[in-house]
Amino acid sequence: MRLRDTLTLAFSALLRNKMRSLLTTLGVVIGVAAVILMQALGLGATAKVTGEIASMGSNMLVLMPGGNQRQPFGGSFLAVPLFTQRDLAAIESECDAVRLAAASNTRSVNIVVGERSRSTNLYGVTPSWFEIREWGVARGRLLDDSDLQQGAKRCLIGQTLVRELFLDQDPLGAELRLHDLTCEVVGVMVEKGTSTFGADQDDVAFMPYTTFVRRITGDDHVAMIMISAASDERTDEAKAQIEALMRQRRRIMKGEDDDFSVRDMREIQTLMSTVTGVLTTLLASVAAISLIVGGIGIMNIMLVSVTERTREIGIRMAVGARGGDILAQFLLEAVVLAAFGGAIGVVIGLGLAYALAAALALPFSAPVDGALVAFAFALAVGVIFGVFPARKAARLRPIEALRFE
Amino acid sequence: MVEAIAEPAAAPPLLELRGVTKVYGEGEAAVHALRGVDLAIQRGEFVAILGTSGCGKSTAMNMLGCLDAPTAGEYRIEGVSVGALPADVLAALRNRRFGFIFQGFNLLSRTSAIDNVELPLIYAGVPRRERLQRAREALALVGLAGRESARSTQLSGGQQQRVAIARALVSRPEVILADEPTGNLDSRTGAEIMALLTRLNQELGLTVVMVTHDREIAAHARRHVVFRDGRILSDAANERPPS
Repeated sequence: MRLRDTLTLAFSALLRNKMRSLLTTLGVVIGVAAVILMQALGLGATAKVTGEIASMGSNMLVLMPGGNQRQPFGGSFLAVPLFTQRDLAAIESECDAVRLAAASNTRSVNIVVGERSRSTNLYGVTPSWFEIREWGVARGRLLDDSDLQQGAKRCLIGQTLVRELFLDQDPLGAELRLHDLTCEVVGVMVEKGTSTFGADQDDVAFMPYTTFVRRITGDDHVAMIMISAASDERTDEAKAQIEALMRQRRRIMKGEDDDFSVRDMREIQTLMSTVTGVLTTLLASVAAISLIVGGIGIMNIMLVSVTERTREIGIRMAVGARGGDILAQFLLEAVVLAAFGGAIGVVIGLGLAYALAAALALPFSAPVDGALVAFAFALAVGVIFGVFPARKAARLRPIEALRFE
Repeated sequence: MVEAIAEPAAAPPLLELRGVTKVYGEGEAAVHALRGVDLAIQRGEFVAILGTSGCGKSTAMNMLGCLDAPTAGEYRIEGVSVGALPADVLAALRNRRFGFIFQGFNLLSRTSAIDNVELPLIYAGVPRRERLQRAREALALVGLAGRESARSTQLSGGQQQRVAIARALVSRPEVILADEPTGNLDSRTGAEIMALLTRLNQELGLTVVMVTHDREIAAHARRHVVFRDGRILSDAANERPPS
């Protein structure tokens, strides 16, 4: 028997039961669509995260308390000493590969404007912070050294606060209450939008570091130091210099682990990519399970079909069909079902991924490899779950099949 | 007879059952369908296998068509024993050498007449164009020209049996095996089908083996083999051969 004739047979048998074929293939459609959707969203998220981190500049370093190896997320964050302003000054003066260093403390506070209030992230920073993060004002001015020295009651706010608290009125020169402290708004930050993990980066306020430690926390330790290396090439050198300096200043003996860590953006980028990659794989695997369930649906219907068509199989065998011909016919039906479902699933998955990426403001990138793999997987599911019913059909004895009622 | 004496090394019979026994089931429930049957059929014969229901005549016919295998004994086609042949070779034998006609027609449902008729050619690997041509010829031969696209439900019983006969003929077999071919038909339509089978035997020289319980239908055959309880009771030429 020729392949083309077997294909024709499979198609005409499936078309004879259009509704059933469609419902049978639905499981595979959903499975493939889900796999592709998850992969596309994962790719989009990864692209956005790495893009965001890259936009911060590859020469940026972050000095944080807590060791690197044992407590990746600062398990004993509070137990290790924070940094001091003298640490900051030492880094700026002693590390020649460092161009800029800035203190950055943060706390969640309540902001009140008239009758409206809102909880937001307040940062106490030294002025070079804005240059390191390459983040400027849309209107007004940045905080400067004189604000820092005076401990001025001045602040910068993000676009979300302008919208929510000032209802889009001009906030420049207006006063707001930050944690019982009255501050004047001197600038509005450039809009940054939503971060990959859904955080609103514009829901933020800044004040001079000095004002922050005196009026908000009453503790002049530095929680985090942002550093800009002299150039991209000198980033590793800067990192080594800071590590050496801090070990010395924090009196860490040879062989002892650091109780601080210097992260560069590549590391963070890698970490983030790993996280999104793991999430993507996990979600796609869960989706793949639904594909297997779809395969079981195909097997179920093919078994019913073989029983229903036992007489047909007997007739075919009587006129000369070999076991292999019958096997090919039923196997191909299962594979055609799976391929059809896979193709529809690819289209639906890509379509949904495109729509969702647009809705979530993620960059859309079609997971071509993923789509191919999902489609191949669907085909494999068709073969695997089609073989058993097809073998059952092919092993029927002609005379018994013919007599089947 | 004269020929047989003149040529002692004559070719073996086309189909030959030798001491064939068929038992279904085992132990207490065992049913002996055939109990040692010897039957030889020559090329070009028109044989009617007669007997009451359950006498083993259908089992013998299935054996002749390679649809079933003997429990004991031997089946030979042109002197070659079929017993040891693999399933695929048996399928090829059914495809090329035999055409089956069943009491219940056994057409594929929801399938047009021409698609039913071309079925054996699909399994013979004949290209589509030639298949359709030959299927059309076979349908014309049984008087169904113009009904190629009709489905079983649109055809009368007699017409359905004609489609089945066309399907049996299309692969140009040597032997037509008919199991109660008129069993589901009224007597007039039955007579038409018998006339068609007779024509195939006389004009195309096909060997026809037909199972029936109806003496009137059997009258069309030239040889009567009567079965009873799994054995051959009598095997003789038809005393009143068709004119």
